[in-house]
Amino acid sequence: MKFGVIVFPGSNCDHDAFYATSHAISQQAEYIWHDSATLGDVDAVILPGGFAYGDYLRCGAIAKFSRVMKAVRNFAAEGGPVLGVCNGFQILVEAGMLPGALIRNRGLKFICREVGLRAGTTDSPFTCAAHKDRVYRMPIAHGEGCYFAEDRTLDELEAEDRIAFRYVDNPNGSLRDIAGVLSRERNVMGMMPHPERAAEVLMGSSDGLVVFQSLLSVAVRA
Amino acid sequence: MSAATITPDLIAQHQLTPDEYQKIVDILGREPSYTELGIFSVMWSEHCSYKSSRIHLKKLPTRGKLVVQGPGENAGIIDIGGGYVIAFKIESHNHPSFIEPFQGAATGVGGILRDIFTMGARPIAVMDSLRFGRLDDPATGARNRRILGGVVSGIAHYGNCFGVPTVGGECIFESCYDGNPLVNVFALGVCRKEDVFYAKAAGIGNPVIYVGARTGRDGIHGASMASAEFTEESKQKRPNVQVGDPFLEKLLLEACLEAMQTGAIVGIQDMGAAGLTCSTCEMGSRGGVGIEIELDRVPQRETGMTPYEIMLSESQERMLLVADKGREEEVFRVFRKWGLDAVEIGSVTGDGKLRVKQHGRVVAEIPNRELADEAPLYNRPHSQSLRRAPLEAPSLPSPNIEPALPALLTSGDLCSKRWIWEQYDYQVRTNTVAGPGADAAIIRIKETGTSVAMSLDGNGRYCYLSPREGARLAVAESCRNLSTVGAQPMAATNCLNFGNPERPEIMAQLVEAIEGMGEACRFFDTPITGGNVSLYNETLGEGIYPTPVIGIVGLLPTVPPAGAVFRNPGRSVILLGGVGSCDETRFGGTQYAKVILKQLWGLPPALYMDQEKRVESAIREIVRDGLAESAHDLSDGGLAVALAECAFGSVGARIDLDSDLRPDLLLFHEGPSRVLISTSSPEKIAVIAAKHGIDAPVVGVTIEKEIAISRRGTMLGRWEIAALRAHYEQALESHVR
Repeated sequence: MKFGVIVFPGSNCDHDAFYATSHAISQQAEYIWHDSATLGDVDAVILPGGFAYGDYLRCGAIAKFSRVMKAVRNFAAEGGPVLGVCNGFQILVEAGMLPGALIRNRGLKFICREVGLRAGTTDSPFTCAAHKDRVYRMPIAHGEGCYFAEDRTLDELEAEDRIAFRYVDNPNGSLRDIAGVLSRERNVMGMMPHPERAAEVLMGSSDGLVVFQSLLSVAVRA
Repeated sequence: MSAATITPDLIAQHQLTPDEYQKIVDILGREPSYTELGIFSVMWSEHCSYKSSRIHLKKLPTRGKLVVQGPGENAGIIDIGGGYVIAFKIESHNHPSFIEPFQGAATGVGGILRDIFTMGARPIAVMDSLRFGRLDDPATGARNRRILGGVVSGIAHYGNCFGVPTVGGECIFESCYDGNPLVNVFALGVCRKEDVFYAKAAGIGNPVIYVGARTGRDGIHGASMASAEFTEESKQKRPNVQVGDPFLEKLLLEACLEAMQTGAIVGIQDMGAAGLTCSTCEMGSRGGVGIEIELDRVPQRETGMTPYEIMLSESQERMLLVADKGREEEVFRVFRKWGLDAVEIGSVTGDGKLRVKQHGRVVAEIPNRELADEAPLYNRPHSQSLRRAPLEAPSLPSPNIEPALPALLTSGDLCSKRWIWEQYDYQVRTNTVAGPGADAAIIRIKETGTSVAMSLDGNGRYCYLSPREGARLAVAESCRNLSTVGAQPMAATNCLNFGNPERPEIMAQLVEAIEGMGEACRFFDTPITGGNVSLYNETLGEGIYPTPVIGIVGLLPTVPPAGAVFRNPGRSVILLGGVGSCDETRFGGTQYAKVILKQLWGLPPALYMDQEKRVESAIREIVRDGLAESAHDLSDGGLAVALAECAFGSVGARIDLDSDLRPDLLLFHEGPSRVLISTSSPEKIAVIAAKHGIDAPVVGVTIEKEIAISRRGTMLGRWEIAALRAHYEQALESHVR
């Protein structure tokens, strides 16, 4: 399987996503520059964490206009899996590919911490290898990760089983403890916690592998 | 050149003495222009020239078989094997952080990161050594809390966005830092040995290229500001503090590393203190060449800037490089890709001079070597070190042991610093094997399969009592921290924070601390490969404690760390090095004396370097053989505090001590050379300890939920872990509010 890792100016978890996919699960990975019009022959796209374009405006607000996002949109429209982590989630929300918004953490401070997560659904290419009764340990590292949406949207997400991950102990004030959501077609997922940082026991947890292994198992079946 | 009127007043405003001015006239063979006066004043400031400290810094060991680059470059470099090197250095940003805490600290991080990547190394770790005034002081507490909050957010803002993990450090509170907080930032980067770049100009006719942010009026005279005491007027110096843009720095990092790969770059230096002035004359001086630049070509974000302003601006995120003539386009192409300005502003010449033109007219012409390397050096008079603390111990009240431990664990220096480090991204780049809260941070090097451990240590109280012994203790502690995680200490960087060197009793502190640090670094075989001196840390005549901070790096295999925390009940608890000894004089610099007795007297804890070295060798062997289920060194707060820290995972211990010491001394003395271990193989550890000739008494056993300490069967205190931990974890947040 081949992962494409998008590099925006200011992305800083691009190397980590590359390392997790190429080393921890031994798949192919390549970087895709933000100015690129195409994605090549990748099987899945990762929008990594960081501060795309500095995030001096709203997080992700400028990244959504970059040329590569048109290709990412087309890739998703054709059913390709797109994973946005942290800043990548913020970009997907700004680009309208996922509902809701990510606002300042309830405590107004940046938080770097390992948190417990539960998979809200196993019906997605990102969580199909997960067990709903298990707690997954992964780190968060963000200042603006409080998930916000209107009640109607939240009800809809729940009704359509589109909440990918929920915090066990909500660190940032996210509504309904939401840590990750799916698109209506279920092939786009954004999450604030970093699965790529929890891909080796040496880093304190390998629970993040569940996301990559889910993608891999779908690709193998396809 | 325009003939400016250089008056004695103008010279004094530039913090140059009449003698220094005469030396300038002698070098030039004429009166300087106004621009030249400004250029000399920043290059010859204490901050840039080390004029008060340089003759003493020569006493430090700087060579070793692993040292690739010692002092004199942007950062020190050591060989870590496998074809790779690490570059690392510490720098202070004390003065700017007092005036504008957020930007002061942020640009402190930015500056040290540029020092690392200008050498070709990608930054992979940052640590911070911070000191503030007391948060609960009725008069200054509110300001101190604001400075702490600003500094921490500034570090977080810059490091998190840039994408470098902030993996450790220290944070101490003392009244002497009320008007003079210390913000010392350490950074470390990695690169292939053959990819190291130096800040040296070469090749007559080669283009001099300016890259990065545009030049503004910010930070003019920052270096001179950092070379004077603070007064009431200092707040008006806020425009002297630069404003940082971590996003731009991230682009600059990626672009510089990529441009270096083209092979078209000859030499490169960042523009830090003294900006364009420092980078041009230092690169020229190191290469033994001249540099000529035309200021009209320097990218500017304000109009009407004078040559003086452009040359002295400390705008951030700028670099100066020399490229191979004819290959400029390869360099420009990379910077265009990253959306950065890159402009040829001049060329390398053969006459050894820094020649600055504006509108084609020469506005400054100074010999590089004299400007960069021949600043006046001072052997300032030094007398007895300043100390106002008595040598004699007061009569100690009979101790109340049980409440003392939670009181210590909630004190500013000893409480959990989680509130600080959770604001830092300490994991980005996925190399953090051990992060904040560990005895030493551990960063794995993906390229070599080994890991690097690092620790920052300083102790102003000890150094105030004895600068020489305090500095030695700091080096010993740093080495012990590394050894406790299984790392072999290899090399060091230092940041020397002191008061006004023109006062002989302060100069004495500096001299003694440098000598003590030198002795210890020689003994522990950790040469100092670079660092920084920050003097004039005084406000309204009140100086800080002498505060040398040392950062030591070491190597170890990449394995999951044992950690400091007890993991299972029923394990033997060993106090490697033994309970130690301490008299009342040596108790006066402890946290117990500070927090419980609210006094300072006597001398720092006694350090026997030979004993220290044997303990360190033993603990390294124990940890590397996998015999320690946990290991934690004793430092501030002594045995009882270390034991509590080991218990915060919720497994505690019951220990019984065989000693004649008074209970308060026994539990809270800060004698070095001791490590607490939990193990299921006490016999094997006994063998290793005996081999190294050190005591390693089994003092107790790990148990669930509580700590209990007795002496020869008589209970001294029992504590429930959950309650202790709650105090420890919540203290800082409640101090900050």
